[in-house]
Amino acid sequence: MNDLLVANSVSKQFGSFKALNQVSIAVPKGSIFGLLGPNGAGKTTLIRIINQITMPDEGAVLLDGQSLKPEHIRDIGYLPEERGLYKSMKVGEQCLYLAQLKGLTKTEAKIRLKYWFDKLEIGDWWNKKIQELSKGQAQKIQFIVTVLHQPKLLIFDEPFSGFDPINANLIKDEILQLRDEGATVIFSTHRMESVEELCDHIALIHKSNKVLDGKLNDIKRQYKTNTFEVGLESLNKDKVFSEIQDKFEVLPATFKNLNDDIKLNIKLREQDSPNDLLSFLTSKAEVHHFVEVIPSASDIFIQTVKNN
Amino acid sequence: MNHLPLIIKREYFTKVKNKSFIVMTFLSPLIMIALIAVVAYLSQLNNDKERTLSVLDETGYLEGVFQNTENTTYTHLNGLSLDDAIALVKEKEDYGLLYIGKANSLDDVSGNVKFYSEDSPSISVISGLEQQIEKRLKEKKLEKDGVSIAQIEASQTNIEIEQESFEGEKSSKIDNVVKLAFGGAAGYLLFMFIIIYGNMIMRSVIEEKTSRIIEVIISSVKPIQLMMGKIIGTSLAGVTQFAIWVILGGVLLFIVSAIFGIDLAQVQSPQQEIMNQAMQADGTQAVAENLLGAISNLPMTNLIIAFLFFFIGGYLLYSSLYAAIGAAVDNETDTQQFMLPILMPLILAVYVGVFTVIEDPHGTVSTVFSFIPFTSPVVMLMRIPFGVPLWQQGLSLLLLIGTFIFTVWFAAKIYRVGILMYGKKPTYKELFKWLKY
Repeated sequence: MNDLLVANSVSKQFGSFKALNQVSIAVPKGSIFGLLGPNGAGKTTLIRIINQITMPDEGAVLLDGQSLKPEHIRDIGYLPEERGLYKSMKVGEQCLYLAQLKGLTKTEAKIRLKYWFDKLEIGDWWNKKIQELSKGQAQKIQFIVTVLHQPKLLIFDEPFSGFDPINANLIKDEILQLRDEGATVIFSTHRMESVEELCDHIALIHKSNKVLDGKLNDIKRQYKTNTFEVGLESLNKDKVFSEIQDKFEVLPATFKNLNDDIKLNIKLREQDSPNDLLSFLTSKAEVHHFVEVIPSASDIFIQTVKNN
Repeated sequence: MNHLPLIIKREYFTKVKNKSFIVMTFLSPLIMIALIAVVAYLSQLNNDKERTLSVLDETGYLEGVFQNTENTTYTHLNGLSLDDAIALVKEKEDYGLLYIGKANSLDDVSGNVKFYSEDSPSISVISGLEQQIEKRLKEKKLEKDGVSIAQIEASQTNIEIEQESFEGEKSSKIDNVVKLAFGGAAGYLLFMFIIIYGNMIMRSVIEEKTSRIIEVIISSVKPIQLMMGKIIGTSLAGVTQFAIWVILGGVLLFIVSAIFGIDLAQVQSPQQEIMNQAMQADGTQAVAENLLGAISNLPMTNLIIAFLFFFIGGYLLYSSLYAAIGAAVDNETDTQQFMLPILMPLILAVYVGVFTVIEDPHGTVSTVFSFIPFTSPVVMLMRIPFGVPLWQQGLSLLLLIGTFIFTVWFAAKIYRVGILMYGKKPTYKELFKWLKY
């Protein structure tokens, strides 16, 4: 049993609108799992079902092999996209309250809060009211509250919104550290560069259906087109260019480089290996740049959504 | 996991520690008492005002009627003409001139009485004068017909019907007044409590929605737990506030009346004055005894137990609806359309209580409304002092509890869906759809 969380053909209907249609995902233990999809695809509904905020109409969700029970609330930490805190309550009191709702005792919560407040250097906020903090500062508090009870499963919905780059990095490092300490993370976002940086696995939900699922690297391998970015130098540009064009499918490339005469995207033919291309190129000109074009998460996202 | 106590604790302490709540708690009784004191002081001032009234009686029938009192001095201007008298009164700046014009017979006097004054005179002065004149004329007429005052007085009999139920329970008019007072106070208290603290619950639900904390909370607790915690916590804060008001109000009232020596009983309406006069005829002590007797005649145990049950039941019934409304909307301005269906039965209950129960506590209308769950708490509380059979109370309570369970279920459904809905102003149709999610 290597999957911490498994959702089996989960469906949910709101009136005549089908929010989720037979969606299945498996989140491996210790991974960072990207739950992606355009606005209104059904991500939040799925996350709410995992948090037992809404019940699925069909299908089941298993945590650690057991179907979801109220006790599992302690094992999950959830940072919703629509988040906030009681504005007129003091930071310390509020953290203690929310920690106790997650099942921590007051003393335990105090010890852990002190650790986190020291770690993020916000110890002097304890007696401030939330309304005196900036949005980013309140987000930090929210992050602490989410992870404080050391849940097995962490669910972050757009965790970086509202953070400046420095604090976003700080939070990113904390998420990675939590993963290294054994937590499993479900990470929902629109920001593909953070998916690239963080996620091992992704699932893409579009119009209530899961359209893509798997390890990020496997998916990238699936989506790559055997295209290579090539920079060449030659005294006889036109001749080399037409020779390449005769043999391969060629597109112009736009990477930045020093004084390359020829910049091309070259697609391999079925029968060729990258070495074949390289030896062909070296025989014609001086190769300065040779990189396989790997689709970015963003490319995959846009392409999949368009195709569906 | 049961988080209810934790939620109740938070709701309670946030309410109680809230600055405006504290200010309201301690300032309201002060303001009320100050207001009462000012009114009392002013009316005392008014009563103490000394007046000089001039009387010009051209008939001679009213000789000796107008005797000087503490506040009023009468000047008799016999022999002057009306014009001279008016001029004189003006010059002296008297309060006014009472003029009784020439009359040939006693019957003619009635059309010939006038009062001249600078400003329009106070009603109590005029009616006082009227009473005095009427009394004298009546005496004169009787005298003319050969009936002496003594005979009249001797002929009068004061009847007071003693009321007794078949079970031998005695009651009197004063009993009924006391019953009304107790029932009315209980019903009205519930009404106020629902309106004040129901609104508070609604606001606190809306606050959770607008501050967007709601999703964080309900990923830890069940929405119904949060809702019940809110209702109970807010109610406890309400009870605390009420208790402080009662205690503080009582103490302040005592202090104020002791220090300023203001007789607070003087703040009263003319009707009460008449009643007081009637009571004074019986002797104040007797009245006090009757009052105590009437209170001890009340079915106190029944009253207290019923009060607790109907108060809690009625309050929870309505406050769960308030919570549902709070969950359905985004901000307070959107609540209006949903408030009316809540307030209607509540106001209806108070009207039925005030108009029907007083008239006939066991009539059809009162009885029916004391069974309908949305009006029963208020109406039944008003009826109980008059003695309601236990089976009726039980049945009504049962219906109330049944409806309460239904409304909590209903409210929880709306609450569960509504708290996660943003940006939409819901219609009744949508609320109905939410029930099926």
